[in-house]
Amino acid sequence: MNWIDLHLPILPVLLPAITAVLLLLMGDHGGDAHGGHGHHKLLWARRLALASTALGLLIAAALVQRAATGELIAYRVGDWPAPFGILVLVDRLGAMMLMLGACVALPVLWYASGGWDAHGRYFHALFQFQLMGLYGAFVTGDLFNLFVFFEVLLIASYVLMVHGQGRERFRVGLHYVVLNLAASALFLIGVALIYAKTGTLNLADLALRVPQVAAPDAAVLQVAAMLLLVVFGFKAALMPLAMWLPATYSASSPPVAALFAIMTKVGVYAIVRVHGVMFGDSGGATALTVEPVLLPLALLTSVVGVMGALSARTLARLVAWLTVTSVGTVLAGIGLYGAAAWGAAFYYLLNSTLVIAALFLLAELVAAQRGDADGQLVPASPVAQPTLLGLMLLLAAASTAGLPPLPGFIGKLMLLEASTGHAWAAAFWTVVLVVGFITLVGLARAGSILFWHVRTDLPDGASAGSSPKLVLATCSLLAASVLMSVASAPIQRYTHAAAVQLTDRAAYAEAALGEQGGAAAQTARPYRIDKRKEVK
Amino acid sequence: MTISMEFLVASGIGWVTACGIYLLLRGRSFTVVLGLSMLGYAVNVFIFSMGRLWRAAPPILTDGSAVADPLPQALVLTAIVIGFATTGFVIELALRSRHENGTDHVDGHAEREGGAQ
Repeated sequence: MNWIDLHLPILPVLLPAITAVLLLLMGDHGGDAHGGHGHHKLLWARRLALASTALGLLIAAALVQRAATGELIAYRVGDWPAPFGILVLVDRLGAMMLMLGACVALPVLWYASGGWDAHGRYFHALFQFQLMGLYGAFVTGDLFNLFVFFEVLLIASYVLMVHGQGRERFRVGLHYVVLNLAASALFLIGVALIYAKTGTLNLADLALRVPQVAAPDAAVLQVAAMLLLVVFGFKAALMPLAMWLPATYSASSPPVAALFAIMTKVGVYAIVRVHGVMFGDSGGATALTVEPVLLPLALLTSVVGVMGALSARTLARLVAWLTVTSVGTVLAGIGLYGAAAWGAAFYYLLNSTLVIAALFLLAELVAAQRGDADGQLVPASPVAQPTLLGLMLLLAAASTAGLPPLPGFIGKLMLLEASTGHAWAAAFWTVVLVVGFITLVGLARAGSILFWHVRTDLPDGASAGSSPKLVLATCSLLAASVLMSVASAPIQRYTHAAAVQLTDRAAYAEAALGEQGGAAAQTARPYRIDKRKEVK
Repeated sequence: MTISMEFLVASGIGWVTACGIYLLLRGRSFTVVLGLSMLGYAVNVFIFSMGRLWRAAPPILTDGSAVADPLPQALVLTAIVIGFATTGFVIELALRSRHENGTDHVDGHAEREGGAQ
C-alpha cells in the first residue's frame, strides 16, 4: 500500500486546509480587482483555488471508488489506538457526500471566479475553509470532531454569508450567526450528555454502547437525542426551525448560496449518522428515539417550503424555499427508516443538492439581465437570452418538481416505492405528490413572469447576455444532475449499498476500533462506575 | 446541613443558562452577545461536570489513587477556544451591523414607539 492510498482518507480535510493557508499567505487583492498588482494576486488565487478544488474532486472520486467495494477506510491520526485517538472513517455514505460536496464546489467556485470573488476580501481562502469543514464533517468518525468541523464550516460560512456586504446581508447575517451559536451550545450539551452516559464519543463505539444503556439512564440519552435533533434539524432546516433559511440564502451572494445548498445536507448527514444509526433500530431502550417526530416534521417541512415558494416575490427567495422543500422530502425518506427508503433518500439528496445549487446560480443570471426589476417576480423588460436561460430554468424546474425522465422523478419514485406498507404511507404519498405539483406551479408561474410576461414599454436591460463562463458553470451543475439520470442504475445501487452498510454496526465497529471492537472495547474512561463517595 | 457539590454546580449552571437565555431574547445586539457568552460559560461548566465532579483527583493516570476523567476537560478547552473566536466574530459583526443599519436592534430597524426595552 503506497503513501497516497494510506493517507487518502485524511487528504480531503488537509488539502483545503493547506490551500486556505496558502491563499491567506498570498494575501488579498485589496479591492483592486481590475488591473494593478491586486489583479495578479486575484488571478493566482483563482488558479490555486480551482486547482485545489479539482484535486479534491479527484480525491473524492478515488475514495468513492474504494468505498464502492464495501471497504470501510479507517485512518487513525497519529496511529493512536481506537477509541483514544482521532479517527477518520470513510464509508460509502461519507465518500458519496464528499463527492457531492466536490461536485457542487467546483462549478460554484468557477462561477464565483467570474467576478463575485472580487466583491470582498479573502473569498477563496474562506471558500477553502468552508470545504475543509464540510469534508471533515463527512469523514470524521467521532461525535466531538463532528462538532469541531461543524464549527469550522460555520465560521467560514458566517464570513461568506456577508461576502459582498450591504445592509441586508449584515442584518440577516447577524441573525444567522446568533442562531447558529445558540444551536452550537445545544450541540455541546447533547454531546456532553451522551458522553456522561456512555463514556465515549467515537461514533462506532457509540453505535454499540448506546443500545446497551438500560432504562433509567436511557432517558438522559433520549434527551440528548432530541437536543441533537434540534441542532441538526436547525442546520438542515427542518420545520419549525427552517424560518431562518429563506432570508439568509436569498440575501447571500449567489455563489455562496449555491455552496450553502450543501450545508443543509450536512444536517441531514448528521441526522442519519446520529439518529439513523446510533439511535436507530438497535433494539435497545433508546431505539428509534426520534422516529415519531422526524417523519411528520419532515412532511410539514415539505409543505411549508412549497407554500413559501408560492408566496416568494423574488426568484432567489423562491429557490431558497425550494431548498427547504427538498430537505423536507429527503428527511421524510430518512424518517421512514429502512435501507430501501434511505437509499432512495440519498439518491434524491444528491440530485436535489445539484439542482438547487444550479437554480441559485441561474437566479442570478436571470436577474442580471432584467434591468431594474432584478430578481423580483414582476413583469419587466425581456431578458437578453430568453431561450438559453428559459431552457435551463425549465430543466431545473422539471427536475425539482419530479418530472420524468429527470433524476428528481426517479428519486421521488423510489421514495414512494419505499414508503409502501409504512403506517404513514398515505400521508407520505399525498405530501410528496402534491408538493411536487405545487413546486411545478410555483416555478411555472415564476418562469412565465420572467420570460413571457415582458413589458416592451421599459428600456431594455442593456445586457448583452451573461458571460459564457457563468453560463457554463451553471450548465455543468445541471449536466451533473442529468448525468445522474443517465447513470441512475449504478448510482441507485451505490446509494442502496450505502444504506445497507449503515445498518451493519458490527462491521463499522470492527473497522473503527480494530480487534478490540465490539463488547470487549476499552473505554476512554479511567473508571467504570460513579464513585459517589469521592464527592461529598 | 450540608449542600452537596452537585447541587451547587447544577443550580449554578441552571442559573447562568437562564440568564443567558433571557439576555439572548433581548432586542439589542449587545445583550444578545452577552447572552451568548453566558450560555457558552454554562455549557462549558456543564461539559466539565459531565466527567463527574471529583475532589483531589488529578486527570492523570496513576496507580492506586483516584483519577478524574481527562476527556471532558480536553473537550472544554476546545469548546472555550471555539467560543472565544465566535464571540469575537459576533461582536465585530454586531458593530458592523450597527454601522450599516444605523441601529443596534437585531432586526435592523429602530424600535417603534412604546416598544419593549
